[in-house]
Amino acid sequence: MSERVAVRKTYKLYIGGKFPRSESGRSYLVQSGENSTANVALASRKDARDAVVAARAAGSGWAGATAYNRGQILYRAAEMLEGRREQFVALGIPGDEVDAATDRWVWYAGWSDKLPQVRGGVNPVAGPYLNLSTPEPTGVVAVVAPAAPALLGLVSVIAPAIVSGNTVVVAASPTDPLAAVTLAEVLATADLPAGVVNILTGRLQETVPSLAGHRDVNALDLTGVADAELATSLEVKAAENLKRVLRPVPANHDWYADPGLARMTALLETKTVWHPKGG
Amino acid sequence: MTATAMSARSDLTELGRSETALRAFLHGLPGVDQVGAEQRAAQLGTRSIKATAKAWAIDLAIRMVDLTTLEGADTPGKVRALAAKALRPDPADPSCPHVGAVCVYPSMVPYVAEVLRGPAGGAGPAGAAAAPAGAGVVHLASVATAFPSGQAPLEVKLADTRAAVAAGADEIDMVINRSAFLTGQYQEVYDEIVAVREASGPAHLKVILETGELSTYDNVRRASWLAMLAGADFIKTSTGKVPAAATPPVTLVMLEAVRDFRAATGRQVGVKPAGGIKTTKDAIRYLVLVNETVGADWLDPDWFRFGASSLLNDLLMQRTKLTTGDYAGPDHFTRD
Repeated sequence: MSERVAVRKTYKLYIGGKFPRSESGRSYLVQSGENSTANVALASRKDARDAVVAARAAGSGWAGATAYNRGQILYRAAEMLEGRREQFVALGIPGDEVDAATDRWVWYAGWSDKLPQVRGGVNPVAGPYLNLSTPEPTGVVAVVAPAAPALLGLVSVIAPAIVSGNTVVVAASPTDPLAAVTLAEVLATADLPAGVVNILTGRLQETVPSLAGHRDVNALDLTGVADAELATSLEVKAAENLKRVLRPVPANHDWYADPGLARMTALLETKTVWHPKGG
Repeated sequence: MTATAMSARSDLTELGRSETALRAFLHGLPGVDQVGAEQRAAQLGTRSIKATAKAWAIDLAIRMVDLTTLEGADTPGKVRALAAKALRPDPADPSCPHVGAVCVYPSMVPYVAEVLRGPAGGAGPAGAAAAPAGAGVVHLASVATAFPSGQAPLEVKLADTRAAVAAGADEIDMVINRSAFLTGQYQEVYDEIVAVREASGPAHLKVILETGELSTYDNVRRASWLAMLAGADFIKTSTGKVPAAATPPVTLVMLEAVRDFRAATGRQVGVKPAGGIKTTKDAIRYLVLVNETVGADWLDPDWFRFGASSLLNDLLMQRTKLTTGDYAGPDHFTRD
């Protein structure tokens, strides 16, 4: 019997629930596991534009779903992540990190229907009104994922953004994008509506500036930007339409520590309603 | 002009006098190669238009837009706002050209006229002072003849048309009688167009074929010729009220018809695809189709128009992208 030919994998982008090649047709080589390499799509700014369109289109449905429903879908993503543990380990990600990422995902999933109670509520007002505040998602968030830890860092920036109803366009780490594309496969099988998470691989200098300047992006998370000069120029671009900006985190940030609520609450807008009280 | 072309021209004007001659002519037109037309349209759709050519195409497309609102929910306020937008599509950029026309229902024509031409007895449009020099006027189109179905007695259709013209419309978008066309009563369709042509007086007549209801490309070609023979100034694909609206192959067939009609008679007729054209990319594909099929003579708002409502905002967003370098968002333009 002849030897079986290995199935070689092409890593593509994740846009609008599909896995397209880059519009530019380009790809680049990255290290995959111990001693092999993989071809990864090199996204262009047009891919970034398409991803924003997909994220915007997914926005109203995702934000309009009940918090309970969003939580269930995120929990299902954690189930899928658990099921693919070996696949991530084969990519060179330590088993402990995969477990931590799964736990992190479950932790955020649980917040979906609790966040409105922590961040909203009844306000005391001087008048015959019932005054309520509720948190609403900011909208489309462009996220630069941290380079390390590849999977835990990625989950720690995506989950807090989408749990409240935002949709995201993620620029994966250029040096370590395989965890991101594999996570996309997890999300695609987790009932997450198409376009809620979109993942771009390639050079940050190419995709992120166009996301930072894009007028249809509402917030910019610069967590993974290591170059201080690039971060500043991105903040300047983001100021054009007053995007919310999350600054880069220091290289020695402890991703295993309790993340707290900061990442979720940074991407919320507060809606306040005045309702006249009946006699 | 050669003698044969001369005689062809007189032959064509005679056609409308007899049903038999009309039928013989329309059924004698060569059939459309369906696969070929679709392939040709798809192939031309792959052309890449970039940089300065794209900027030129976007400005031309804006000038070609018939900014349309044809809803039961149209109000005077809504159409006034739309007319103001037609004059100055991008208030933030004075170099942005105005659109080709505003297209509304007859009852809304007076409100649009007020904005475009100024109050009755007043001088010029409200936005004239600020409009780019030599830019021409924004036309005022009105649908008529029991749009969109066309299922009404002829007298009603003619009264509809006269009312629209009297209210200030200088372009009339009529629908053909598809019921008569599909049952082969070409004479009736022809006579109706001729009657509406007379009723619209000085106004430009656009004839809507509603290609989505004509089933085949052969029928589209026949209907195009029939409309042109009866005196149409423009042939328009669709009402936008049936699911199958303008498509590139249908537009290709109609463009070939106007090209052949000009070759036969010397008279140039315009084409207006309408419905379903939503993005700049779509619009530029149509412009490529025009240039490659009938040539640059038709690359002008007098000879080619887009019937659209949401297209304009996408054109404006792309225009802003080219001038500022950043992708624009829909929140920064008015919603119609």
